[in-house]
Amino acid sequence: MPADIAAFPGPAPVAVSPRRRHGAQIPGWVSWSLAGPSVVLLVLLMLLPIAAIVLLSFTDYRFGALEVSFVGLDNYVDLNSDRAFWRALGNTFTYVAMVVPASVFLGLLLAVLINGLTRGRKIYQLIFFLPVTATLVAMATVWKYLLHGTIGPFNLLLKSWGLPAIDFFSDPDLVLGGLALINIWSLAGFNMVLFIAGLTAIPEELYDAASVDGMENPLDRFFSVTLPLLGPTTMFVIITSTITAFKVFDTVAVITRGGPRRGASDVLLYTTYLEGFTYFRMGSAAAMTVVFLAIIMIFAFLQARVLDRKVHY
Amino acid sequence: MSAKVELENIEKSYGATQTLRSASLTIEAGEFMTLVGPSGCGKSTLLRIMAGLQPQSAGEIRIDGTSVDHLRPRERDIAMVFQSYALYPHMSVEQNIGTPLRVRRLPTAVRLPVLGRLVPGQRTARREIQEAVREVADQVEIGHLLPRKPAALSGGQRQRVALARAIIRNPKVFLMDEPLSNLDARLRVTMRGEITSLHRRLGATFIYVTHDQTEAMTMSDRVAVMMDGEIVQCASPQELYTNPQDLRVARFIGSPEINVVSTEETARWTGQPLPDGIAHIAFRPEAIDFTPKSAGIGVDARLLRHELLGHDVLVFLQTDQGTEVTGRIPAAQWSGLAVADGQIAFTLRPEALLAFDPSGKRAPLPFSPDGMMPADRMLSHAS
Repeated sequence: MPADIAAFPGPAPVAVSPRRRHGAQIPGWVSWSLAGPSVVLLVLLMLLPIAAIVLLSFTDYRFGALEVSFVGLDNYVDLNSDRAFWRALGNTFTYVAMVVPASVFLGLLLAVLINGLTRGRKIYQLIFFLPVTATLVAMATVWKYLLHGTIGPFNLLLKSWGLPAIDFFSDPDLVLGGLALINIWSLAGFNMVLFIAGLTAIPEELYDAASVDGMENPLDRFFSVTLPLLGPTTMFVIITSTITAFKVFDTVAVITRGGPRRGASDVLLYTTYLEGFTYFRMGSAAAMTVVFLAIIMIFAFLQARVLDRKVHY
Repeated sequence: MSAKVELENIEKSYGATQTLRSASLTIEAGEFMTLVGPSGCGKSTLLRIMAGLQPQSAGEIRIDGTSVDHLRPRERDIAMVFQSYALYPHMSVEQNIGTPLRVRRLPTAVRLPVLGRLVPGQRTARREIQEAVREVADQVEIGHLLPRKPAALSGGQRQRVALARAIIRNPKVFLMDEPLSNLDARLRVTMRGEITSLHRRLGATFIYVTHDQTEAMTMSDRVAVMMDGEIVQCASPQELYTNPQDLRVARFIGSPEINVVSTEETARWTGQPLPDGIAHIAFRPEAIDFTPKSAGIGVDARLLRHELLGHDVLVFLQTDQGTEVTGRIPAAQWSGLAVADGQIAFTLRPEALLAFDPSGKRAPLPFSPDGMMPADRMLSHAS
């Protein structure tokens, strides 16, 4: 959500006596009872689960255990000395650093190219949006086959050209790149749709003005008009892409299971999942989840603060 | 610095629909020419074709005698002001005004965001541009707004920024596409005066598009009235008002609208049939005269209502044949007027009448002194 949507400032103090109501004045109990149901739902569905996770992270709760005791910050201290956790964290950051720039850039490129078409816009949009609608677990299986080291068509093609095969999912140095590729593929179409929406909002007269002002070079027009006016869209796309990339899980779970070798593609959510649902250490998993939430919030906040100042006019 | 602009048989069609059919017009160097017409008449399309933003389907445009059909907007030495102002929202006022100069004087690499600042040898050029911006900003009185973004400006201030951006390059021809239609009524009157004085000061050719006849009448040297993709008449504002060559022009120019009555009714007023080839008789509201015993064609009418406009009074009448006509008289005269039983008589001076043929083209008036109407008939008051 764009950071410029400010909270509603609340009812202004009114000097008139409460008995003289001119439509807008509503007694407190009426407003509260009207807002009540949604407040309850918000607390129950949004805030309570998060609070429960935070609470859980201070306990030694094990899945199915009958008793629970508070252990304070022990879980966090353990995380700090857990090499697997740090590796997962590092891998996640590397992964995000590959996925976000590539998917944002590719989405923008596709949007600009498709927007410039005189015909066939709809069909191209549809095609590039398809990966977004496909379930990633199913598509991951397809990608696993496509990029397979020996039977995958990608490598057969390389071999037919006399090039060495690239086995993404069994080379520890390449596995993150291979996974990132799949996410870029699925995210670019989504970003494209957002960018196209941003492009259609740019008034045509601005391009006319640019022509009269002497900007004829398409690159010139792109950097002087299109890109600056896409600023708010770009900010939104970067933030959502970052969050999506941080949440990588299904491809890792389906294709690599954190492998090859111990932990070459371990990512934060996968490690959390293992911790909680394979080793049943819920307290530790909860601590990881809290760390994960904190990272995403810090990122979204920083990006919103830094970018907001640059992109708004 | 001004140039003559010639349009020769400009046509524009989108598929089967033709928005411009053979528009020809010569705009003299330094002239203030207004294209006026109802929405959809093709005036904005014609302006965009002159700017080079759209190609015409047929015809030729010449600026200073040379054809510009093959030239892009940037090479035509024109500036354009848009209805929505089309200011770059992410740039400050200073950058907005300076854009035409930056684009022309600084190489592309220098204009790239961030990196461009690192390219050496641009300081003098940038300083010159800055000075030029300051100068034109002062001309249109927005010197104190330079660091602001367009979003922080009022409509009138944005309009001035758009004007400054057009002025800065000192072009020979200014094209303006309904520049005042987004402003409130008061500001529109002020800006009207400012644009005309700007025209006088710069001496450039101004081509101004509007749907507002008041703007057309008050600002221009000549007005070209466009209807259905054609230029119906091009003349001075006064000429358009008193001597329209087409019924559509007569109806479009002037407020309240010109009165149009059928020939049959006019024949009843004068007691003599009108010659063939005339279908409509029109006269301006000022032509209606309530002074008793004044010379002219006498008509009996019923008073429907009147509107006091301060200095003037609009009188809405219905003739015995049921045609509604509007008169405009000075307020002083209205107060002395005798209305008996809702009935009122007025006279029309024959020379104030305009005749039009069935296709709406202007036709010679049959009431001329040596014409077919006997003088005593015209003078007799039908009361």
